[in-house]
Amino acid sequence: MQKIFPILFFSLITLVSCGTDNDDKVSESIVTFNFNHNWDGSTVTNTNFSTIQYTNANGEELSITKLRYLISNITFQKSDGETFVLNGYNLVDVTNNTNLSFSPTTTIPKGSYSKVSFTFGFNNEDNYNNNYPDLNAASWSVPALLGGGYHYMQLEGRFINNITTQTGYVYHTIRAVDNSGATPTFQDTFFEVDLGEVTITNNATFEINMNIAEWFKNPNTWDLNTLNNMLMPNFNAQMMMFQNGQDVFSLSAVNQ
Amino acid sequence: MLKWTPYYILLFFVCLSCSNESVDEYVPTPSPLQIPQLFQDNILAPVIPTNNPQTVEGIALGKKLFSDPILSADNSQACVNCHAPENAFTDPDRFSDGIDGLLGNRNSMPLFNLAWNYDEKFFWDGRVFSLEHQAFQPVTDPLEMHNTWAQVEQRLQQHIEYPNLFERAFGTSTIDSTLVTKAIAQFERTLISSNSKFDKYLLGEVTLTPQELNGFNVFMDETKGDCFHCHGSDKNPLWTDNIFHNNGLDATITDLGLGKVTGDPADNGKFKSPSLRNLAFTAPYMHDGRFATLDEVINHYSEGLQNSPTIDPLMKKVDQGGVQLSTQDKADLKAFLLTLSDYHFIDNN
Ligand code: HEC
Ligand code: HEC
Repeated sequence: MQKIFPILFFSLITLVSCGTDNDDKVSESIVTFNFNHNWDGSTVTNTNFSTIQYTNANGEELSITKLRYLISNITFQKSDGETFVLNGYNLVDVTNNTNLSFSPTTTIPKGSYSKVSFTFGFNNEDNYNNNYPDLNAASWSVPALLGGGYHYMQLEGRFINNITTQTGYVYHTIRAVDNSGATPTFQDTFFEVDLGEVTITNNATFEINMNIAEWFKNPNTWDLNTLNNMLMPNFNAQMMMFQNGQDVFSLSAVNQ
Repeated sequence: MLKWTPYYILLFFVCLSCSNESVDEYVPTPSPLQIPQLFQDNILAPVIPTNNPQTVEGIALGKKLFSDPILSADNSQACVNCHAPENAFTDPDRFSDGIDGLLGNRNSMPLFNLAWNYDEKFFWDGRVFSLEHQAFQPVTDPLEMHNTWAQVEQRLQQHIEYPNLFERAFGTSTIDSTLVTKAIAQFERTLISSNSKFDKYLLGEVTLTPQELNGFNVFMDETKGDCFHCHGSDKNPLWTDNIFHNNGLDATITDLGLGKVTGDPADNGKFKSPSLRNLAFTAPYMHDGRFATLDEVINHYSEGLQNSPTIDPLMKKVDQGGVQLSTQDKADLKAFLLTLSDYHFIDNN
């Protein structure tokens, strides 16, 4: 009789392995992040691209022809300090209408969180310690001359300059680097976006908004006439973008 | 021993029940693409349709069809006439003549690393999706092979070798246009260029001259060439983004390019960024072959840019014609660009 066991056992395992796994973790929730975009309240999608129709804080009329940006490190923190960092990063691509919704593969336990946040861009560890084939294939990398790693955002379009001709602008954010001296000096420009307290009772969808106008507004009123191109190696421009970025994101709803 | 038999039979059926393959269907010999190290390390896997896997027999058939004038109406022109191996699978003409001596208005395109065109949009204006669909076009194009598929199918079916070759590649000797395009696409996917001097430099096998290194820096420097935003980099060994841009060739746009395909005026004058591999073999340059030399191309980006409503924002200082590279930087940039040419690819295809 003993000899049958291995056979029966193996048969059982084989049969079980045929089925799709289905262990419901009822105490865990799937979270989804939707990325919505607006210009001071009016919705922006790629259907609004390429037409000059927005006016920035400095008074220039402009269009958007490209917008994509990287977010990473979505983090749920409990009041006792316990944190859950969700796997993965997401390259939101408004131009192509892709990755506007992101569901990390990791789930989180239901309950109250004192803080939910994500990183705009990559922190230095993620930026420099990994090679990302999907981001490389999307031509998202930063030249080694500027320290390597990856872009955080690419915002491009055209504006009407102070002599009323149309000019392109290229507003790319990366980690700030000053290359003027013998050795480059860096300043971090990724930042944490704090979405505040949330209680998760079910699978949850976070509606995140980016007000694109904020990139040109506060605290630095952005003058596209002087700052429209070659901004990646421009240390001061990168610091100003970093400062202006602090208020661009908000959370409008958590649906669950 | 006999008493175990039922259990072994049970085990046999249990194992069998997991799989649903039929047993004795003819299967051609799989021939997976040889993915180069730098591609493996840096970018996503190539696109291979599940309904057209690479096989030894399919690739061989595709190669034969690619070189066979049987596809053209008067048996005078093969794909290879406009896509010649010594020119990295393009031709040296500005516009190529078709069988009726008519010229198109687009420069022939080199063919390599096509399986890594992730969006699968082919032609200068991206009007065809997938390599299989692309191969339908030249055969019936009045400016190219000007044939009908019915005639091609009939000729191949009556040929002494082809029915047997299709049998071996696809398990059927009944030839139709879909199988012809599948075989050609399999062959095209094997055209992989990854062995240039710059590739070897990245793999640590050779060194670059100071001039070539400075040229690479010009290419990567946003205040100088700034070519990397569209044409790849050491992290994107395709040396193209395969995306559509207007790189400032004309103030008045006559060939609408992508705009004709999408119907969106915002796309007028946009063409697919070509790969900068193999430029030593692929002159003349641009969608209409307007530039005979790389010096002309570099002068265009440096001081020849033309403003138009759809010019890419990455084209900078357009009012001055461009960033005005120094004579030295221009020469260095050219030297760097030539390190992307892959003599191994030319010699082995
Ligand atoms: C008369 C010359 C001619 C012949 C013959 C010809 N081609 Fe082409 N090929 C061209 C031209 C010109 C283009 C670019 C056309 C355009 O973009 O409008 C092109 C583009 C292509 C492309 C697109 C490449 C890319 O990266 O988007 C592929 C693939 C291709 N040809 C394959 C073939 C195949 C396969 C055949 C034979 C069945 C063939 N060609 C026959 C001239 C030719
Ligand atoms: C905005 C994206 C963009 C940038 C930046 C850019 N290019 Fe291009 N490049 C293109 C496009 C698009 C084409 C094809 C245009 C056409 O034919 O209408 C092209 C064509 C070329 C060609 C012709 C290749 C062929 O096979 O015909 C060369 C060479 C070239 N570019 C080199 C460069 C260099 C060098 C730089 C930097 C100085 C550069 N490009 C910057 C988009 C760009």
